[in-house]
This record gives sequence, structure tokens and C-alpha cells, in this order.
Amino acid sequence: MTPIFLLTDLLIWLLAFIVIFYARSVWKSPLSRASWGLVFQSKIASASFVVLLAAIGITLLDSIHLRLNAENQSKYGSPIISVLDVAVGPLAYQREKSYSAPLAIHALSKESMEVNGKPVRDYPRLKYGGSHLKDESQRSADLAERAYQGALHGALWWGLVVACMWVVRRAWAGPQANQVTPFSGSGAYLAAVWTLLGLFVLAGVVAKWAEAYHVLGTDKVGMDVLYSSLKSLRTAMLIGLLTTLLTLPFGVGLGLAAGYFQGWVDDVIQYVYTTLNSIPSVLLIAATVLMLQVALDANPEAFASSAEKADLRLFFLCAILGLTSWTGLARLLRGEVLKMREQDYILAARASGVSHWAVLFKHLLPNLMHLILIAMVMDFSGLVLAEAVLSYVGVGVDPSTFSYGTMINAARLELSREPLVWWALVAAFVFMLLLVLSANLFADAVRDAFDPRARQLKQSLLRV
Amino acid sequence: MALLNVQGLSTRLASEAGWVDAIDELSIAIEKGETFALVGESGCGKSMTALSIARLLPDAGAVVAGHVQLESGDEKTDLLRISEMAMRRIRGKKVAMIFQEPGTSLNPVMTIGEQLSEVLCLHTGCPKSDALKQAEVWLHKVGIPEPKARLSQYPFEMSGGQRQRVMIAMALATKPDLLIADEPTTALDVAIQARVLSLLQTLRKEQGMAMLLITHDLGIVKQMANTVGLMYAGQLVEVAPSAAFFKSPRHPYAHALIKSLPSQAQRGKPLYALEGRVPSLVNPPAACRFAARCAHAREECTAQAIAIQCATPDHMVRCIRHREVDATLLDNAVLSSTTPLVQAPEPVLALVSLGVSYRQKSGFFGHSFKPVLKGLDLALHRGKTVALVGESGSGKTTAARALLGLLPGSAKVHGDVLLEGKPLRLWPERGVGGWRSKVQFVFQDPFASLNPRHRVTEILQEPLLSLRPDLDAVARARRVQTVIEQVGLVPEVLNRFPHEFSGGQRQRIAIARALVSEPGILICDEPTSALDVSVQAQILNLLRRLQSVTGVSILFITHNLGVVQYLADEVVVLRQGEVVERGSAEFVFSNPKHAYTRELINAAPVI
Repeated sequence: MTPIFLLTDLLIWLLAFIVIFYARSVWKSPLSRASWGLVFQSKIASASFVVLLAAIGITLLDSIHLRLNAENQSKYGSPIISVLDVAVGPLAYQREKSYSAPLAIHALSKESMEVNGKPVRDYPRLKYGGSHLKDESQRSADLAERAYQGALHGALWWGLVVACMWVVRRAWAGPQANQVTPFSGSGAYLAAVWTLLGLFVLAGVVAKWAEAYHVLGTDKVGMDVLYSSLKSLRTAMLIGLLTTLLTLPFGVGLGLAAGYFQGWVDDVIQYVYTTLNSIPSVLLIAATVLMLQVALDANPEAFASSAEKADLRLFFLCAILGLTSWTGLARLLRGEVLKMREQDYILAARASGVSHWAVLFKHLLPNLMHLILIAMVMDFSGLVLAEAVLSYVGVGVDPSTFSYGTMINAARLELSREPLVWWALVAAFVFMLLLVLSANLFADAVRDAFDPRARQLKQSLLRV
Repeated sequence: MALLNVQGLSTRLASEAGWVDAIDELSIAIEKGETFALVGESGCGKSMTALSIARLLPDAGAVVAGHVQLESGDEKTDLLRISEMAMRRIRGKKVAMIFQEPGTSLNPVMTIGEQLSEVLCLHTGCPKSDALKQAEVWLHKVGIPEPKARLSQYPFEMSGGQRQRVMIAMALATKPDLLIADEPTTALDVAIQARVLSLLQTLRKEQGMAMLLITHDLGIVKQMANTVGLMYAGQLVEVAPSAAFFKSPRHPYAHALIKSLPSQAQRGKPLYALEGRVPSLVNPPAACRFAARCAHAREECTAQAIAIQCATPDHMVRCIRHREVDATLLDNAVLSSTTPLVQAPEPVLALVSLGVSYRQKSGFFGHSFKPVLKGLDLALHRGKTVALVGESGSGKTTAARALLGLLPGSAKVHGDVLLEGKPLRLWPERGVGGWRSKVQFVFQDPFASLNPRHRVTEILQEPLLSLRPDLDAVARARRVQTVIEQVGLVPEVLNRFPHEFSGGQRQRIAIARALVSEPGILICDEPTSALDVSVQAQILNLLRRLQSVTGVSILFITHNLGVVQYLADEVVVLRQGEVVERGSAEFVFSNPKHAYTRELINAAPVI
């Protein structure tokens, strides 16, 4: 097994390092530290942050890829796997024949089998799901036993994490170290700790079950739905984060330029985004993706594997989404810059002979950072949903890429089956809801902390 | 029995630092038909007093103790103890208010007539048609020409002075017993201010109404008030009849305020400037709050709480040493004068018929140019100060910005600017020897002119980076150090952010930024108009001292004639973009030739 970095892996790790550097600079600057401190004073934001962190952790694990040797290749059915595939173990390669319900030990539909030499038509036992059970009646007891063990494991791990945090917090507290207990702290800190407990226990139970069952059932080709839901997280995060990253240079650069230079620069930029806005974005994206598809199919020799091709398509989808969604941010920033460039401190800078470049990046940009940050976190959830819509329409990611959109698209047919196959849709729904909801709640807290107007309003409400 | 009797009023505000004691045990009495002026610097609680009386405090504030007795007819009501419903009937009908900003107090989408008649209908219960007629009468009364036509106009179609008149009409139309005027003319020009004040005075006499006038301008107080109440840090420190207050103020703070006003008489002498700042009102000192800045403070001043006491039967003062203060403090004003500078024959800066016009849309595609500055000639000599005087809209700020190339793209500038005899366009802009390093600018509002996200050291280094690329990091740091000491700040401030400073300190930083590139010319655009009187004195002293040390020439733009008389060598009076009078400061003020100059001088309230 040799590590290999796909294009999107590199970008996502680049993003992770940018975030780490930003966090470091926040830590050093008292002003932004105070603002971020306000974010983490909110219970909801802290709880959401824990959920987001879990999603980010899974995404990062899924963004280190390995190239397999020939023997493993046949096991996984693909030449390239990620560290997440290794971590989830058999989930990644144990495939049933077709549909099975969550935690089932039988397939969903009847098959002709030979029992004691006689042909019968019955629900066959699954190849992996509950295969260790000799007697079907043991299933409930086995599930309960595993749930108990999993919860215990989860709680133990949680205790370990809380203890580690306790040690770190004591080290930071300095002279008051003795007053710090594992559960002393603000309400927000406790909210995070309890959310963490919930996550750990849930993860423990699911992990224990997943060793022997398909916790969320299997799909048409027998793939574990829990596994595809976990793999889809990366696609969703990637679309949300990478697209935002690609939007920024356009949104910020063009917005700043339009507002600051005015005149013909402003006219040209406004003309471009008005035109872009007037084309239905789904149409534009569909056309571009289809053109791209043709180009990719015409040059199969350019890719070492289908995984790379799918990855490139994912990247281009991000790029196209980025190219069409910068207009809102640009317009917002243009308006703000128009207002701000008349401020005395901008005039003062110009009177001191500061170049346009320095005025833009040293004076205007830092004063707009809160707006950009708010726009970024608010856009994230919109983009995750946009991917689902595009994949549903069929112009989204490559069919071989896991994504909530493709899961929902498949559910269209599954819902018209008898018996009903509901678990893939529900799994996609729950995972997306959790991700988008926690991102939205976190974004709300960020906006409250960074938007001075919102902050004033909140404070005056608190004081009454 | 007085019309309004405020007793032991205490108001608190919630803030991030804790409870702010905005008003501490304030007691005043306003007689029928009297004008009571509440004076003080920003943050002393004078506006909070008005809002407490009218029960219009912001959500963060609350009255915690006291009584506000309003007498009307035989009835006496304690305004703090009636229901909000009853209070609503009193507001507007018996107690009316006018605020500082006439632009924002009127609803922009309703006509003047609608707004006036709404108030009339509400409080007098007369039918709408009558109300409109009455509204017309009122507009006439407050001196608005063509009142009938004005009724159907919107607020944006009127000037600031006219809008304030409409506000006055709205406040007075219901014939209130008491008018609370919170800085009614602060946002207006001197000439308009004079007209609005005399209007208030006339109407007050006509209606026999009492007025609580809140202002920071001692000139206005002298002109308007019967009784003066001086506030400092949330406390009333002196209450006296106006004449007595100006003739023999008893509190050291009152002395300091009066003496720190710039005027002709103070020329050549440093102004008396109070050092230090107002104590924080979060847990304020229990003893005398002024003691830390008082030249007469003794041990007993800080030992105990000081009650307000009678100096004469109608002169109250919160100072235990008021008898000694009275005799001694005025003598301290003997201060050294500066040496005159030798005048160079060549002006360092000359404006040759500088004109500015703005591009305006006219018709569908076309545009025309509207001139705002018509041919300004001006010469500034080394070490001298030229004052550019005029109302807002006279083009004085435009002139300064045109000179510095800071006007927006829609402005067209013509004429010539000569720097040391050489046209500005022949100079390089940046770098060593560029014109920007020779001409620097100080803005009016120190709260807006410093980037909130930059540290003081970054703010001061910035001009050096672009104007003095020859300096290395060590030399830059040394230069910043020098200039911060020159403006009277300690080097420790360099690592702080602007929001940690008071207005006066911020303006010092702004001046330091202008001086850091060692300019020969400093253009100051109303550098003290956003500041309190005592802080203004500090800044003016600083400018004078810097001028004598560095020999910098100052182009001073202002509407404050006291400052001009104190500081300027030469005066140029602008009106609607044209120079109407110019000459040496002494000459212009002693015998103004142009009617407009005379009007300006007469309009300015003096003590």
C-alpha cells in the first residue's frame, strides 16, 4: 500500500492548514480572540462545533488515500482506498447481494434456495449481517449485549478525552489550577462535554453493532448504507468548504475592486455579475458539467484510475459552483466598501501616501473580515444542499462518488418498491440534517459575535 | 412651588464593565417661565437627566431613586410613579422635547404637514382640517417662509435649520408647560444657531413656558439661561443664577471651563487646560470626583463625600474650598508667551484660484458641473496659521481635500497649488521629497480617522513606510517614539488599539500621524469640533507648541470663531465657495467689512 494524494485531498489539507494558521493568529490577537470567545460562550454553538469537528475528522481521514497492491485490490474492488476505509474495516468490503433492512439478518426479497436438497423459496440469510448467530432468536439478546458493551466503551473513551482536557485546562489555569475540576466551566463548555458524551456513546454502540450487522441496512448492490453515509460526508464537506475557498478570490477581489475604484472598473464588474445572476444557475452548471463529461470521456488515457477521474469531476463541480456563487459576496462587499472608502481613516491613509494596494489589503480587508467570515459559514450549508440537488438532477458528482445527492437519487426508485426501502433516504436525510443544522447554528453564533449591530441588539436584550 | 422639582434623581446604566452611575442624586427646580441650563462635557449625565425626566431612558438604563414632581394647575404628579399610559399623555402635551439631530427626528416619508397635524390632533383633539390650518400658523410662527407650500413638502426638501424649526413647531404646538431642549443647535451652523436660539427665546416668553436647556456651549448658556446647573461626572457641582455663575464661579471646574475657552484675549498665551480625564462612573470615588484634576485639592477633599452647599443663598456649589478658590484661581493665568517666528518672504503653500465643481446628472444622459469652490487664492507662510472660516457648505473642507487629492472621482479641480513655489503636479507624490510628506492632514473626528483594527504603532509607521522609504525599521521606530512624545503621550500607548483612548488622546495620535513624516504644512479640518471644551484647550495648546517647536505652517479650517481669534494670524472667510473677506485676524475681527462676516461674528455666542 502506498499513499497517494488526489487533487481534492491536497486542497482539503491545504484548507485544514489555513484554518490552523488562522486559529493561531486569532489566539495571538486579543481583539479576534475576544470575538471568537463570544462564539464559544454560546451553548448551542459549542455543541454544534463538536458535531462539526466529528464531521471534519471523518473528512480528513477520508482524505488520505492509499494505492493498493493487486491482492487487496480484489478485496476492496478498487485500486485506491482511503484511511477511513481501513479504519472501518470490513464495512468497506463486505457486500451483500442486494437490499437488506437495518440490523436485519435476512435479505429483503425471497430467493430460490436449496434446503436439505429441496428447492424452497424463502428469505435467505445474509452473507455477513448476523452470520455469527446460530439461532435467529438470539438476535435481540445479541444486539442488547453489543449495545451495552458499545455504550460502555464509548463512555470510557469519553472519560479519557475529558480527563485529557482536564489536564490541559489545569495547565492553562495557572495559580487557580486547584479550582479546575473536569466538570467546572461555563455552560457552553459543559454543553460541549455532554454532546461529546452523546457522540461517543452513539459511536460506540454503532461500531459494536457494525462489526456483525448492517446498522443502516444495505442498498441495491449490497453496499452498507452506514458506510456510504460516512463516505458521503467527505463529498458534502468538500463541496461546502472548497467551493467557498474558490468563491473567495472572486467575491473578495472583485467586490473590493468594484467598491474602491468605482468608475469603469465598477461598471465592468457589475455588468459581469448581473449577467451571471440572470442565467439560471442550474442550467449553467448542467451545461458545464455535461461539456466536462464529454471532455473527460474523450481523454481516458489522462487518468491512472477511475478514482482520479471521479475526483477531478468533483473538483470541477466545486469550481463551477464557486464560479457561479461569488456574486452575492461581491455585491455585499462592494456596498460595504463604497460606504467605507469615505471613512476618514481611509482618507487619512491616502493622505499619508499609502498606495491603493495597501489601502485595499491593510485598511479595507481587515475591516471586512467579519462579513467575509459570516458569508463563508452561511454559504457552507447552502452549498452542501446545492450538491444534493445537482446530484439528484444528475449533473452532480461522478456516479461512483459517494454523495447524499446520489443516495437520494437512488431512493427515488426505492420508494416505489414493495416492500418499501426507506433506510437509504432516511440515512442521507439524517446525516445531512445533522451537518447542515450544526453548520447553520454555528454560523448564527459567528454572526452574532462578529456583526457589531447584532451584538448590540443582543446585549440590549440581555440587559433588560 | 416650582414647575418642575427634581429631587435626589439617580440613574444607572448597565455596561460591560458593570453598573455606571450616570446620575448621582441630582436635585434641581425649574420655575415657571424660566430657562434652566444644564451644562457639562460629554458623558457628564446631562442628556441622561433629560431622558430620565421624560422617562425615555434606553433599555440598558433605569432610574434607581428620586422624585420628579411636575406641577400643572393645582395638580402635582410624580412623573416617575405614574403609569406609562399617563406618562404618554404628559409627554408632548405638558413636557415637550427637541433633540440634537433635526435630520433624524422627522419621519422621512411623511410630509411636514402630516407630521405637524398628527401631533396637533393627538394632543388637542381638533379635527384634521383645523389641524392643518394651525400647522400653517405654527410654521409661520417659527419663521419658515411660505408656510402653506411647505406643508406638502418632505423633510429632505428642507435645510437643517428649517428642519429644526419644524421640530420646534411640533414641540411647541401643544403649548407645553416645559420644553426640554437637548443640544438643540449643536448640529447647526453659527448663523442658523443664533436664529433658532432667538426663536426659542421669543416663543418661551410668548407662551410663558419653562425650558430645560441642555448644552455644552457656555456661550449659549450665557445668552439664554436664567439659572445654570453645571454637571461633572454625573453630579451637579454648581447651581447659580446665570449672571452670578459667569461673574464669580465658585467651583474649580467652572473656573477651568471658562478659562479654557479660546478667545482674542488669550492670544499668544497657552490656554488653561485641564489635565487628566473624567473618572470612570463604574464605582466612582465617594469623595470629590473632580479632586484628581483639581489644582486646589487638599487631603480633606478626598477623605469624605462632599455635599452640595450654599455659597450665597441662591448659589450652590459642591466644593468645600469654594471660598479660597474664588480668590486665587484666576491669577494662575499668567503664562509665558511664545517667541515670534521670522517670516520667510516666499509662501510655503499657495493656492492660485483653486476651484472645484461636482459632476451632476442633468437630463437623461447628460451631466453638468456644479461649482462648490470658486477661485480660492491663499498664501501660507512658514510658521504661520491661516484660518479658513465659513458655514457648512461654504466649500472650506472641499478646498482642503482638493488640495490633497482626496476628492471623489466626480469632482473636477482647476486652478493651481504651489508648494514652495513649484506647482504640485511637478512634485513626485510619494517617497522622499514627495509632496505628500510635506503636506499632512488632521481630520475632524478622531473616532473615525483612526483605523480601529490597527495598533497605534502601525498607524504611526504607515506614513513613514510610504513617504520615507529611506528609513530602516530602527529609524522608523525612533521617529515614532519622538513624535509620540512630542504630542504628549507616553511610549507605552504604541501597542494599544484606538478604542482604548479618549477623544483627546485619539486626536493627539491623529496629530502624531500627521507629524511623523515631518511635514512643513499641516491642514487641520475642524480638529477640535468633536471634542469637549477642556480637551479642545489641550489640543489647541499642543498645536501652538508644535508650531513653535517645528515651525510648521497650519491651515486651520473651522467655524469656531473663538478658536480663530485665539490661533490664527490670517483669516479667510468663505461663503458659498467664494472668498468674501480676508485679512489679519485682529483686523478682520475688530472691523469686519463684509456683512456676512459681521453676521458670523454677531451670531457666535460669547461669554
